[in-house]
This record gives sequence, structure tokens and C-alpha cells, in this order.
Amino acid sequence: MTAALGPHAGFILAAYLATAAILGGLAIAILMDRRAQRRALAALEERGAGRRAQAPS
Amino acid sequence: MASFTELANPARFMRLSSIVLPWLAGGAAVLLAAGFYLVWFVAPADYQQGETIKIMYVHVPAAWLALMLYTMMALSAIGVLVWRHPLADVAQQAAAPIGAAFALLCLVSGALWGRPMWGTYWVWDARLTSMLVLFLLYLGIIALRRAIDEPSRAGRAVAILTLVGWLNIPIIKFSVDWWSTLHQPASVLRLGGPTIHASMLWPLVLTAVGFTLLAFVLHGTAMQAEILRRRVRTLTIFEAERLDRLSLQGVR
Repeated sequence: MTAALGPHAGFILAAYLATAAILGGLAIAILMDRRAQRRALAALEERGAGRRAQAPS
Repeated sequence: MASFTELANPARFMRLSSIVLPWLAGGAAVLLAAGFYLVWFVAPADYQQGETIKIMYVHVPAAWLALMLYTMMALSAIGVLVWRHPLADVAQQAAAPIGAAFALLCLVSGALWGRPMWGTYWVWDARLTSMLVLFLLYLGIIALRRAIDEPSRAGRAVAILTLVGWLNIPIIKFSVDWWSTLHQPASVLRLGGPTIHASMLWPLVLTAVGFTLLAFVLHGTAMQAEILRRRVRTLTIFEAERLDRLSLQGVR
């Protein structure tokens, strides 16, 4: 395959690897962030943090 | 009739985006698969640049998206400063890392294309330098947001920086016309129509639209994460207040 890409195959493959690494890394980071926030929110709601504090009587 | 503000509230965004994003992700996957099939198995090599033209199919969409996302951030900045809309601030914050990633991809793929074609990875000419400035602007915006603790103050400061930085966008676009540069002039988005052959234009259109849908999916998902983060912050404050009051009542 690299032979079919000619003398500059390394540059072409490096550009596509960089694309996969940058966009793949970004997508994974965003998905992991959303999952972490969902878990944090679920933990807070389970502890009843969604209820407003009662004013002291 | 529901007002724009009602339509753009965070809870409604969470509901609508959870329905729309999977479809957009599917569309992005299909278009990118079709586009890269054409790039690798159908589109011809360029008569001058040979197979290195394959780099164009990631470099050009990355450049377009870096500019488009910044413009989107500038529009959100107006929403933050004029209407103080929370979803505009969320949209602006979520777009910055994605725009930075596409700007970085544009710079890296451009360098890897430049070395075999121009004989150099980098030259300080108007197009390349203004694109580097855009990348640095994205990083500055991310850093400024993190440097200010109070969210609404951070949002306003970032909005002002974003709007001032938008002046760089027309400079990037027209740099190849205004100054002598190694970079070629526009060959797709130009007044007289595209100058590249259909056998290369169609794969480029498919990858460009595919990457655009991918950017929307990433942006929508990042906005969901940011809305959840703000909800977590609010509930953490509520919880701290509740524990404070309980301790004052001597329950703890």
C-alpha cells in the first residue's frame, strides 16, 4: 500500500494518523467527561442534594 | 408560540440533543466512510502533487471547521453579552476545545503536506501565521475561562476576547489574496466557483460535510457535559448549604 502512495507515503500516512489521534482523542475525552458528570450528578441526587435546604424553624 | 429563550433552555436542549445527536453521528459515519472510500480507491492523484493530494481531504475540512467553530463562538459571545443567555455561554465554552483540535489538525496536516510540496514544514507567511494565531486564540480562550473562578464573569471575559479575536477570521480567509504567500489561493469557496475537478471535489465535499456533522456531534455532546457540570456545581452548593443548616440545628 505504501508503495502505491509514492515517495511521500510517510507524509500521507502521518497526516491520517494525526487526524485519527487528534479527533479520536478529542471524542474520547468528551465522552469520558460526559460520563463523569452524569455519575457525579447521579451520586449527588442519590444523596438528596437536589432538595433545597430547609430553613431552620 | 414559544419564544427563542424558551426553546433554548438547557433542559430542553438536553432532551432534544439526546434524540438528534445519534442521528447526526450516524450521518457523519456514513459520509466519512463514503468520502474516504472515494479518496483512497476512486479519486485520482494530482498531476503535480501526486498522492499527497490525499492530505487535502483532511486538511481543508479541518481549516474550514476551525474557522466555522470560531465564528460560532463569536455568535454565542453576542448571546452572552447581549442576552446573557446561559446556553450561549455553554455553547461557547464547549466549542473552544473542538475548534482548537481542528486548528491543530489543520496546522499538523498542512506541515506534513508542505514538507514534500514546498520543501519546508513551516514558513512565517500570512496564511500559516494567521492560522497559528487562531490556534493560540483558542488556547487563550480556554486558559482565560479556567483562570476566572466566577462562571458569569468568566463567560463575559471570554465573550469579549472571542469577539476581538474574530477579527483574525477574515485575515485568515483573505491572507492568500492580500499578501504574497506560499499557500495557494482559494480553489473551492471562491466567487467564480470551484476550480478543482469533480473527481476530487465530490470526495472533498463528502469528507467536509462528514467532518462538519462530526463537529456538531462533538459540540452537542460537550454541551451536554457542560450543562451536567453546571448542574453538579449547583447541587454541590445546595448540599453544602443543607449540611450547614443541619449542623446549625444540631442534627449532625
